[in-house]
Amino acid sequence: MADTLFRQCPRSGLFFHRTGESLMKAHAVFAVVFFLIGGIFGLLVMLTRMPSVHLLDAETFYMALSIHGTDILIFWIIFFEVAVLYFASSTLLRVRPAAPALGWLGFILMVVGSIMTTLTFLRGNSSVMFTSYVPMPAEPTFYLGLILFAVGALVGCFLFLATLVIAKREKTYDGSIPLVTFGALTACIIAILSILFGAVILIPTFLWSVGLIPEVDPLVYRTIWWGLGHSSQQINVSAQVAIWYAIAAIVFGATPMSEKVSRTAFLLYILFLQLASAHHLLVDPGIGSSWKVFNTSYAMYLAVLASMVHGLTVPGSIEVAQRRKGYTNGLFEWLRKAPWDNPVFSGMFLSLIIFGFLGGITGVIMGTEQINLIIHNTIFVPGHFHATVAVGTTLAFMAITYFLIPVLFQRELILPKLAKWQPYLFAGGMTMLVIFMLGAGTLGVPRRHWDVSFSDALMQYQYAGTAITMLGMAGLGGILAAVGGGAYVLIAVGSLVFGRRLDQNATLLASFGVPLKPGSYTLVRPERLGMTPAEAEGAVSHAAPGTFTLALVFLATFVVYFFINAKYLSSLWHMS
Amino acid sequence: MSDQADPPQGDQDEVPFMQKLLDNPFQLLALGLITPTIFYLIWGLAEVVGIPMAP
Ligand code: HEM
Ligand SMILES: [Cu+2]
Repeated sequence: MADTLFRQCPRSGLFFHRTGESLMKAHAVFAVVFFLIGGIFGLLVMLTRMPSVHLLDAETFYMALSIHGTDILIFWIIFFEVAVLYFASSTLLRVRPAAPALGWLGFILMVVGSIMTTLTFLRGNSSVMFTSYVPMPAEPTFYLGLILFAVGALVGCFLFLATLVIAKREKTYDGSIPLVTFGALTACIIAILSILFGAVILIPTFLWSVGLIPEVDPLVYRTIWWGLGHSSQQINVSAQVAIWYAIAAIVFGATPMSEKVSRTAFLLYILFLQLASAHHLLVDPGIGSSWKVFNTSYAMYLAVLASMVHGLTVPGSIEVAQRRKGYTNGLFEWLRKAPWDNPVFSGMFLSLIIFGFLGGITGVIMGTEQINLIIHNTIFVPGHFHATVAVGTTLAFMAITYFLIPVLFQRELILPKLAKWQPYLFAGGMTMLVIFMLGAGTLGVPRRHWDVSFSDALMQYQYAGTAITMLGMAGLGGILAAVGGGAYVLIAVGSLVFGRRLDQNATLLASFGVPLKPGSYTLVRPERLGMTPAEAEGAVSHAAPGTFTLALVFLATFVVYFFINAKYLSSLWHMS
Repeated sequence: MSDQADPPQGDQDEVPFMQKLLDNPFQLLALGLITPTIFYLIWGLAEVVGIPMAP
């Protein structure tokens, strides 16, 4: 029966199903293609926002900004996430993927949709940016492309759930699904919610663009659209946290400190993280404070708590694993002796630290109704989300790529020296971009603005010299990050094409998703997945004093930064 | 695995509530769809719809 064709990876012990692995490869390859396109346009946008370069003219700038935002935030990330869903279900649960033909249909819808939307942007009449606020019109194919893409992704989500059902029915695992699969389930649930919200608003907007509906109310649009726009970022958070746990297990053999606590934290994401969509409407008139405050404080802080749980238990579990190996000196020997030249680890750890310190703290700042007034619609906002999606999510995906190239694609990494440096290049450049964007934003520099020198404007305005300098510094960071991003594409694509084959059957076509020869697989069913040690034995040793110290540093940073912003707010508004 | 006598029937059903919830993807899906729909979407839209029309 073709259904039970598996191969076991000799390097990792993981099981790959024949069609499942083809689906993973195809989605991952398209993800990287869109990362490349989106990244090139990001660099062009950056070079325009550097006052000393100011590369593009205004129209091209907004086209480039639209392509950068959409192709990198939506297409790169979601293509990769669907690959993660197949991995977390079929491979981790050792089960055939449900309805692979539908899986290919979903894939084709995603490909057609993403290409359609990108080409529409390139025609130049749809530079509405990824938020596409009405009544700004885009050509119908822009919305149609997004809708097709979303339907394709939705198919991927339902097939993930169906695969879980099959695994349960065929008893391919003992106990509960593994924590990484649980994280992917969280991502899948949030994705379904996001796509449903998206359908509710983008389908009418599409009908409006073809003239079948007279108008779409801007405030209704913003309210529902951010239910999509914000929630979809939480798919990323869940997927990236799942990858953190996976890498801790892969590199260190670490087991979660407490399955129960980690799963409950994911549950908090499922329940509360999406409510924080309201922080995008904090300055919108017409919606009352109770709604804003309930959704962005009470609810959001529960979700933030969950992120802090993950941010602690992942390094904590690594610390426990390292201490067990004998790295017990002082608070931080476990961390110093970690494999910093393995990009799978360094990428994941930088993703975690920068996501928490830069992305997390600034996110809570922005989500506070009063402080939000200082930075709303300034370049502080892109500063924040480059720390979350560009470092947190993207770098986590890069890190797991380095693991998947030998294991899934069966190719040796080319340019291993460059690979060793790539996470540092990308994270270093991005950190610089983020910090200077945050700084310039605090000084009032707007986001999505073609020319802050107002050279041809009727009304002049002069920003502080420091703000302009900071934009230039952000640009230097952006260029460095683009070099790091380019290195990733070079290594990933280069390895698929030129990397030494670790299996004779791993041909060029196989790198792009064509199944290997049947001889590479066996008909023997993989052995059933046993319970994790934590599930089976209950609690193990938990002492992680180094991680605890890191947490205290985090809290101190948070309090200081919050205070600075509140102080700054009080000086701006001259209250007596 | 073990050849001990089966535990009394009643005990087997005592999977804690939280674990039952966490082990059921579809219940989680339902919760994940319902909560934001009520607190964010319906409540938010009710606020928007409640804005009086300009005369
Ligand atoms: C290659 C390195 C990158 C550079 C140099 C870069 C640079 C920029 C710049 C300068 C902006 C415009 C800010 C503004 O004018 O408002 C921007 C916007 C944005 N970037 Fe990036 N970025 C990079 C990578 C990424 C990545 C990896 C992601 C996400 C995964 C991302 C997501 C976004 C989004 C969503 C926007 C907002 C677009 C909009 O306002 O419509 N960027 N980026
Ligand atoms: Cu948000």
